[in-house]
Amino acid sequence: MTQFISLFTTAVSFGTVIMFGAMGEILTEKSGQLNLGVPGIMYLGGIAGLIGAFLYELNNPAANGTVGMLIALGCALAAAALGGLIYAFLTITLRANQNVTGLTLTIFGSGLANFFGGSLNKMAGGVGQISVALTSRVFCKTLTITEPLGAVHKLFFNFGYMTYLAIALAILLSWVLNRTSVGLNLRAVGENPATADAAGINVTKYKYLSTCAGAAISGLGGLYYVMDYINGTWANDGNIEALGWLAVALVIFATWKPLRAVWGAYLFGALCWLYNFIPGLNRSSQEIFKMLPYAVTIIVLITVSLRHKREDQPPQSLGLAYFREER
Amino acid sequence: MKHLEYAIELRNITKRFGKVVANHNINLGLKKGEILSLLGENGSGKTTLMNMLSGIYYPDEGEIFVDGKLAEIRSPKDAFDLHIGMIHQHFKLVDVLTAAENIILGLNEKTVVDLKGVRKAVREICDRYGFVVEPDKKVYDMSVSEKQTLEIVKVLYRGADILILDEPTAVLTPQETRKLFAVMRNMRADGKSIVIITHKLHEVMEISDRVAVLRKGEYIGDIPTSETNPQQLTDMMVGRAVRLNIDRPQADEVTERLRVEHLTVTDIEGVKKLDDVSFTANAGEILGIAGIAGSGQKELLEAIAGLQQAAPESKITYIEPDGKELLMNGMKPIEIIKKGILLSFVPEDRFGMGLVGGMTITQNVMLRSYRRGKSPLLDQQFPKKLAEKIVNDLEVVTPDINRIPLRRLSGGNVQKVLVGREIEQSPTVLMTAYAVRGLDINTSYTIYNLLTEQKMKGVAVIYVGEDLDVLLELCDRILVLCAGKVSGIVDGRATTKEEVGLMMTHLGKPSEQELRESEQTDAPVHEEVKA
Repeated sequence: MTQFISLFTTAVSFGTVIMFGAMGEILTEKSGQLNLGVPGIMYLGGIAGLIGAFLYELNNPAANGTVGMLIALGCALAAAALGGLIYAFLTITLRANQNVTGLTLTIFGSGLANFFGGSLNKMAGGVGQISVALTSRVFCKTLTITEPLGAVHKLFFNFGYMTYLAIALAILLSWVLNRTSVGLNLRAVGENPATADAAGINVTKYKYLSTCAGAAISGLGGLYYVMDYINGTWANDGNIEALGWLAVALVIFATWKPLRAVWGAYLFGALCWLYNFIPGLNRSSQEIFKMLPYAVTIIVLITVSLRHKREDQPPQSLGLAYFREER
Repeated sequence: MKHLEYAIELRNITKRFGKVVANHNINLGLKKGEILSLLGENGSGKTTLMNMLSGIYYPDEGEIFVDGKLAEIRSPKDAFDLHIGMIHQHFKLVDVLTAAENIILGLNEKTVVDLKGVRKAVREICDRYGFVVEPDKKVYDMSVSEKQTLEIVKVLYRGADILILDEPTAVLTPQETRKLFAVMRNMRADGKSIVIITHKLHEVMEISDRVAVLRKGEYIGDIPTSETNPQQLTDMMVGRAVRLNIDRPQADEVTERLRVEHLTVTDIEGVKKLDDVSFTANAGEILGIAGIAGSGQKELLEAIAGLQQAAPESKITYIEPDGKELLMNGMKPIEIIKKGILLSFVPEDRFGMGLVGGMTITQNVMLRSYRRGKSPLLDQQFPKKLAEKIVNDLEVVTPDINRIPLRRLSGGNVQKVLVGREIEQSPTVLMTAYAVRGLDINTSYTIYNLLTEQKMKGVAVIYVGEDLDVLLELCDRILVLCAGKVSGIVDGRATTKEEVGLMMTHLGKPSEQELRESEQTDAPVHEEVKA
């Protein structure tokens, strides 16, 4: 039981990072924009949140944790949305190749974040010395409804608020996409922009907004990792990038459906940590297990293409630029 | 009060794309409650002109008056607000959405989508004009004619009083076309004004009240339909007298060249695309293949060309001019070539299967000839000469055969290159799929003449076409496919359009009575149309 609880907890932690990333990417891809810059955007969200909280706590002797949390949240959303805006401008307005632009954004984001991460370390007095304890404590604060040490508590209430925010966001996103006019229009833009255009939908506006909003949501994944998972410091371990790619894989695994991405994210999280719970593994055989999420994604890809159900296919114009007067 | 007679008036409209002038100084009026045909060859600017009414393009110069008032149409939404609705040639529908979802797309009437309300409104429109639309059917499950009906309902739902239909009959069977025309007459009776773009002159004569003609972006003139005839319209359209007849000489010697027996082709999902198809293609004959789009035409040609795997019981036999028989099934294209079977294939998908858009004419010709060379280096001279010959013989308009990528040429010129290259292989069997799709009248007739020329040279020509009038004039025999089965093979000189049309939708030859009924369904105008 303890083994299971501990696997479950770690799965949820990683799962939440992946879920934020995937949720943002689903929103973006639904408009036909294939943003492969998710890892970079998560980096941007993480480092911006950390910088905001760090400077606030550094300059304010009487800093308040909740204010710090809000500052971190705002910085992360803004930085990630800005990353999305760069991507949107290049691919929508200038019609640059989406794959190339996205991959470049990943390199840009991780480089920028690690550069500032290093600077923060220096300001704080050395590697691992960054601390935004007040802010981080608010992020990590768990619910205390049930008795603190019961199994129910450990399974369901032992997480920071962003874990629940991710699930709420998934439900909201699913409702918007499937039930509202805005969602219908957005899906039409991603499927067939020429049709959407002829129906009076502002394709450019929809693409810009969904790309920026999607990036902002993805950025929250980085913020969660920095503030909650590693308790408010900077780690140069490349985990954010690895989780970012898993988020892109999860979008395919979930066949572009937000609710499927919720349990998919936890499954991916569990698969990431499975090696810890299988006895008798050495360092080299551990790596085989870390590959499992990708293997599962490939299996899903194959089954989806075999079943050939139109509803499970990617948005039809995914990755293609739209230009009205093209002939 | 002169303005009020017109639903739409275009004054001095000019539209340029870069250096190309698509429309030059056009003046055109659409009267209230009339059906106006807009006629013109490909590239004459019909669609461009109409796209300016539907808000896809914006004119560089000139004014548009709607209901006598100056209108500014900057987006499709502006067009809806002015009650203008366009049904595009390539349907503007989202495949994965349902009919109802497509109808309300972009309207944002309510924050949360109200499908119940839409269903009710759609039923009312359908009852009024005599359509059938299933609101919850996904578009990818619909036939072409269902999609078109949906497009019309969509614009009517948006309150359109002025409808523009861009080549609506191109993909319909004769029976479906009749139904569409009946609906159009009902709409006219209801006070709607309609513009129809079509290439088919007999349809212009049948449906429209007035005809307006464009040529190379210029407005040539308009004329009441009752005062004109197809020959006059063609001359206006082309700018000189054109002979509209296809010669159908009989070849001296007609011998068996290709024998197909029990051909069955199944797709990946196990659906039979062709079911027990048997026929012969003869040298010195054009065999037409008719059928609703997707009835197995593509699979038939590809199975012969060795691109589709046929079921084991299928038998495709090639009979050489000296009478020797060769079993072809199971052969890959390269094996067919090595056996010395001179098979030429003009596929439906020009750039997907026939040509490479990024390469020049010479390089595209080389694709067919590079294997002849013995040295490891490519022989550039032979394909270059051949490319020059094709360009001269078929009057291909291109700035440079060795520099300009094929994609930059117009559709008609691209098709000429493809047909020219295939004919230059001096084939014994020539298969063409929709060889004139998207081509104007002039180029189309060039291609028909080329095919007839090949026939007279003793080639077995297989012509898959969609225009029944042409099939009836061009082909010696017509094989009609219906859902992958042979509905029958008829004599091109003896059959009628009605007969072929019915065979396309029902298996087997129609009885006398069915033929009579099909003629009688001709457009019953709704009595109880509300004003």
